[in-house]
Amino acid sequence: MSQSNLTEMDYNYKVVRQFTVMTVIWGIVGTLVGVIIAAQLIWPALNFDTPWLTYSRLRPLHTNAVIFAFGTSALFATSYYVVQRTCKATLFGGKLIPFTFWGWQAVIVLAAITLPMGLNSSKEYAELEWPIDILIALVWVSYAIVFFGTLIKRNTSHIYVANWFFGGFILTVAVLHIGNSMVIPLTWTKSYSIYPGAIDAMMQWWYGHNAVGFLLTAGFLGMMYYFVPKQAERPVYSYRLSIVHFWALVSLYIWAGPHHLHYTALPDWTQSVGMVMSIVLFLPSWGGMINGIMTLSGAWHKLRHDPILRFLIVSLSFYGMSTFEGPMMAIKSVNALSHYTDWTVGHVHSGALGWVAMVSIGAMYHLIPILFNQGRMYSTKLINVHFWLHTTGIVLYIVAMWISGVMQGLMWRAVNTDGTLTYSFVESLQASYPFYFIRFVGGVLVVAGFLLMAYNMFKTIGAKDNSLEKLEQAA
Amino acid sequence: MSSFWSIWISVLTLGTLVGCWLLLRMCLKNFAGVAEGEPMDHEFDGIQELNNPLPKWWSTFFLVTIIWGFGYLALYPGLGNFEGLLKWKSSNQGITSIAESEASVTAAKEAGMLVQYDREISQASEKYGPIFAAFAKQDVETLSTNEDALKIGQRLFLQNCSQCHGSDAKGTTGFPNLTDNDWLYGGDGAAIETSILDGRKANGMIAWETMLGGDEGVKEVAAYVLSLNPDRAAKVDSALAAKGEAKFAMCAACHGADGTGSTAMGIPLGAPNLTDNVWLYGGSERRVQESIANGRAGVMPAWKHILGEDKVRVISAYVYSLSNQK
Repeated sequence: MSQSNLTEMDYNYKVVRQFTVMTVIWGIVGTLVGVIIAAQLIWPALNFDTPWLTYSRLRPLHTNAVIFAFGTSALFATSYYVVQRTCKATLFGGKLIPFTFWGWQAVIVLAAITLPMGLNSSKEYAELEWPIDILIALVWVSYAIVFFGTLIKRNTSHIYVANWFFGGFILTVAVLHIGNSMVIPLTWTKSYSIYPGAIDAMMQWWYGHNAVGFLLTAGFLGMMYYFVPKQAERPVYSYRLSIVHFWALVSLYIWAGPHHLHYTALPDWTQSVGMVMSIVLFLPSWGGMINGIMTLSGAWHKLRHDPILRFLIVSLSFYGMSTFEGPMMAIKSVNALSHYTDWTVGHVHSGALGWVAMVSIGAMYHLIPILFNQGRMYSTKLINVHFWLHTTGIVLYIVAMWISGVMQGLMWRAVNTDGTLTYSFVESLQASYPFYFIRFVGGVLVVAGFLLMAYNMFKTIGAKDNSLEKLEQAA
Repeated sequence: MSSFWSIWISVLTLGTLVGCWLLLRMCLKNFAGVAEGEPMDHEFDGIQELNNPLPKWWSTFFLVTIIWGFGYLALYPGLGNFEGLLKWKSSNQGITSIAESEASVTAAKEAGMLVQYDREISQASEKYGPIFAAFAKQDVETLSTNEDALKIGQRLFLQNCSQCHGSDAKGTTGFPNLTDNDWLYGGDGAAIETSILDGRKANGMIAWETMLGGDEGVKEVAAYVLSLNPDRAAKVDSALAAKGEAKFAMCAACHGADGTGSTAMGIPLGAPNLTDNVWLYGGSERRVQESIANGRAGVMPAWKHILGEDKVRVISAYVYSLSNQK
């Protein structure tokens, strides 16, 4: 095996820098839109009777901004960084590399324009209309060529586990996106799905759940497998655990979509299979958490001084919590209570804010100084403040949604002695208002944390090269 | 589904579970070539991987879920056409008519109530049916003085009717106010009950623009219609209204020569009184013009097969009580 002598200078960090900065900016935008719609649920007048600002149009903007602008930019940044360093190879692909950056930013800007205009394919997390879908497919195929091209020209004998996850997520998202977005265009801004009725619903949730499973789980596990051992300066806990949990996770996740369609027109056999696979998925999901958290064994004291490591480890705790909650909610009888309530919203946010955002924020704080020739971030204290703002925000958010979700589920099924329902829908909505307010406060804390992060980032970028020296950790 | 697809699904599903089990078995053994707990013989950008064994509780629990998966698929429908040993079904799939639905409930009863939806519906009707059957012995007017019936009626209204007519039953654009004693199809108990049981479809108000000779004709008729209202007559362009009067003959068939509507004529056509201040689709000049030019086709769905006649009787009593307070 040939060992090349690549130095820091030879790696392509330009695209990594671009995606890193945009991750932070889209993080602010995505969560800010989230806070606006959270506020609209309490004070509906905040849409100012403007169609562009209505909840129905801003909600998909929020989800798209968080998943595809913030989350996916973080994945681009970290996968390009990790694949180069763990393969000891520079990025493959020439002009395709900047195309993935500019193409992806174009997708996000187009989403930010078309969604408030009300152009919407009506598929959740796949709302963008077909011309934008084609652009996404082109960018994604380029991404795959860059990533796998780099893997092929690697100068290491094995492929590091982080790259298995990145590779798995890139391939599967391509298949999911192209499969679910098959439409017959009517005009430039309107199209109809080629799939009929229940099949369309199944395709949508096959896509929808695996956007969660591959983009938001497998992709970010790739991130975790590099940045946790790197930041903790400890070896990964178990090589064999990473093998079994990777293969079991990717082969089981792809089946889990039907649990979004329990007790609907979907055939019973499909619902059963989706439920079984969702539950068997529980332990493989936890494999990643165990491998991440146990990597810290012998180095727990580092958590006391290193807020970046704290972001990474707490993200794994939220990951473990969400991946326990998910299989439970996939059980039909639990789902009968939780479905269509705020519980689902809480579950999604413990995944999105707790796992996805925290592991990304940790990875960004690790990356930014390296990418901009510094020994550390401008202010470690601000990272610590960010950590507490973010954590408190999430806890307020999730707990509020748990309570309001379970309460809604119980109110909707409460029956009087005459068999009529005890509560009308509006009564359950009224009862939810206090929790909507707590959720809003939690969201404000998260946005405030992101603003601190942006300040810290720009101060770090603006500082003179190598002027911020690495701090020696107190023993 | 065809037996090909049934086998296809079963093989893939069981194959995935068996695959997970084999994978677990493989990784329980130390195949890595280094001693347990030692680092692997590769490192990536300074990251090493230890060859630690799988946590025992984790692998045991994983195995338990796989075994449970086989068990569930044996009991419940999952493997293609195999219906599962319990023969449970969530609902009868592929039903296209009310008759088929009723037949399926009978079949479900005979088969031991294995269809969850039919079972729950039957159990609920057995338990609660007598309460409503007792109420249904009285007519709407009598029932509208029964406090218990009104309470139940209000709850049923809130769950089934408020989405369109509002929680206060005062309606909104396109959905009639049920509290104002202004009725399109009659306001006695029997008429209200018929409206709910069988639904109403206002398909008489077609688009008149072409027949009235375009925009100008619409404006003329709208002016005449508004001139029928004593409160607004003064503000209407009388020349325009005079031209509209001739054309109103076409409207008189349903709305009456004086525009007081079909209820005043004693026929349940649903053509509203145009001389009062109650406007289902808005009473501004523009709204009235729109109604004339494009027509209106409001639909009240039929509730007979959704709620059953007994429950409709109770809701009717509640609706009747709203405009007939004691």
